[in-house]
Amino acid sequence: MRPLTLRRLLLQCSILLVILFGVVVIAIKFGAVPVSLYALGRDLWNVLVHQRAAISSDYVLIIQNIRLPRILLGIIVGASLSVAGTSFQALLRNPLADPYVLGVSSGAGLGAILALIAEPHLNVSPTLAALLTPVGAFLGAAATITAVYFLGRREGQIDGNTLLLGGVITGSFISAIIMFLMSTLSGNLRGLSFWLMGELSTPLQKSIYWFLGIGFLAAAGAIYTTASDLNLLLAGEKEAMHLGVDVPRVRLVVYVAASFLTGLAVSVSGAIGYVGLIVPHVMRLIFGSDHRTLLPTAAIGGAIAVVFADTLARTVVAPSELAVGAVTAVVGAPLFIYLLRRRLA
Amino acid sequence: MSSSSALARNPNEPARASTDVRLSVEQVSYAHSANPSQAPLFTLEATSFQAKPGEIVAILGPNGSGKSTLLKLISGALAPLSGRVLLNGFVIHSLTPRTRAQRIAVVQQESTLLFPARAWEFVLQGRHAHGRSLRFESESDVLIAKNALAQVGAAELSDRWMDQISGGEKQRVILARALAQQPLLLLLDEPTLHLDIAAQIGLLDSLRQLAAANRYTVVVVTHELNLAAEYADQVVLMQRGRCLRVGPPASIYQRELLEQVFQTPLTVEFGSNGRPRVNVLSGTQ
Repeated sequence: MRPLTLRRLLLQCSILLVILFGVVVIAIKFGAVPVSLYALGRDLWNVLVHQRAAISSDYVLIIQNIRLPRILLGIIVGASLSVAGTSFQALLRNPLADPYVLGVSSGAGLGAILALIAEPHLNVSPTLAALLTPVGAFLGAAATITAVYFLGRREGQIDGNTLLLGGVITGSFISAIIMFLMSTLSGNLRGLSFWLMGELSTPLQKSIYWFLGIGFLAAAGAIYTTASDLNLLLAGEKEAMHLGVDVPRVRLVVYVAASFLTGLAVSVSGAIGYVGLIVPHVMRLIFGSDHRTLLPTAAIGGAIAVVFADTLARTVVAPSELAVGAVTAVVGAPLFIYLLRRRLA
Repeated sequence: MSSSSALARNPNEPARASTDVRLSVEQVSYAHSANPSQAPLFTLEATSFQAKPGEIVAILGPNGSGKSTLLKLISGALAPLSGRVLLNGFVIHSLTPRTRAQRIAVVQQESTLLFPARAWEFVLQGRHAHGRSLRFESESDVLIAKNALAQVGAAELSDRWMDQISGGEKQRVILARALAQQPLLLLLDEPTLHLDIAAQIGLLDSLRQLAAANRYTVVVVTHELNLAAEYADQVVLMQRGRCLRVGPPASIYQRELLEQVFQTPLTVEFGSNGRPRVNVLSGTQ
């Protein structure tokens, strides 16, 4: 018997954080304009020991204003999508659940677009207006997961395959509405590939990063308080109840928080797919399926995956750019098929 | 062992009744309907019985007689239409899931796993209701889980994967998880289903020993007339949503009564230990 200890959990997270740091360094270095890490390190060191007042090299603009904010966004979006995917998998008892596959990301996108359309017509202060999009995305995500949940029920029980099909069809239906809205309306609605595939290139106000960071910590923290309940929920709701889980409360907390995380990610990056599917699976293979480990490791793993995928998206066709969602889909879709076939076998 | 420690933790617990009744099912009824406006599809008529610590109660009856419904009412999973179920004087249905899980362990027919788990991880789940939601299992939890595995004779299964052990072994591990809850009341829904005869006897032997050693009150739903006759202190005989008789096996096992309930010709004889045995006669005889 080797039950989980805090020490082991922290060790696992530290290993992943070191990998994340490595990926961040790679993401800083590579891009349309290559950056010398040695020169950057030397400059940073000089600033730290107060030999110079600031990094004065040419690339500081690129790093500080373009790459770092984008990396930070990738970390928050990746962690949010991954934690949301892990939560949906446990709640719906379906290892193939993911915000994108279930159509929740599309629903969040539609909510965000509707909020963007409504924004000029509402008399709100600029700060509130900036929050309108994430709130719209959250409402869209929550409405979609509720709809998909009921679509996936047959005779009072969730049926795995009906649920997945219901999610995919709902997602395609909502994408059609998004395309319709985008072609009939103009204005500051961002591009179609942003909403359908996901991008990290849109610059954001500084205050939005704070909102994203605090929002992520609050929602992921709320889900983490139910981590050991989720372990029992995997055995079924009845069994979890007999083992002492307050099932309705846990279900509510996790649905709301996971929808919020999806809405948060989609409102700033569009519908990046499969992160919530691939990352929890890899983490389960490495660290096991205890949610007390899985949730934090999936969060860091999601950050690693999205930052890395975005670095690829920026570099493989440089100076042009791919949508980061295209990179995650190229890896994620075949994996989804593999997992689906193995499950049906 | 568990009763005193579990009770000591709750200052609101009333003084134990001198009658020493632990489980009291009082005029409990239930109606199930698919649609609230329609007539119920299934009803359970008022049922009453009582059980003491260390006693094994078998709920017996043909399919659709309301056995499992009665068990769900006792577990608190269903709310009774009328009447109440008391555990040490508390109405079970009004307890929180957590408090219920500290006092009642339920072993269901099957337990499916979405992701692989080892037997020890599975047994540790039984400690969930005894800790705060986010804490890591303490050494005493591990000790209790180890003891539970040893008590059901499954210590050597500890590191095996749950999906790679036999049905009988799995049933033992599930029972160990229930013991790890340190309950006052142990409820089992057809625990011998899918088990071969040796595993059935083994499971019920350990149940009887555990009930005696730990003073559990055990309620078992079963089809197996002879296993119930051999192991139960009390039998609750059910037919079509009605409780026909409650009493020791020797008083319930009458040929006419059982023939009428199970709709098949049979004979009843009494063994040297005073317990009845049923032989079901096939139609050609």
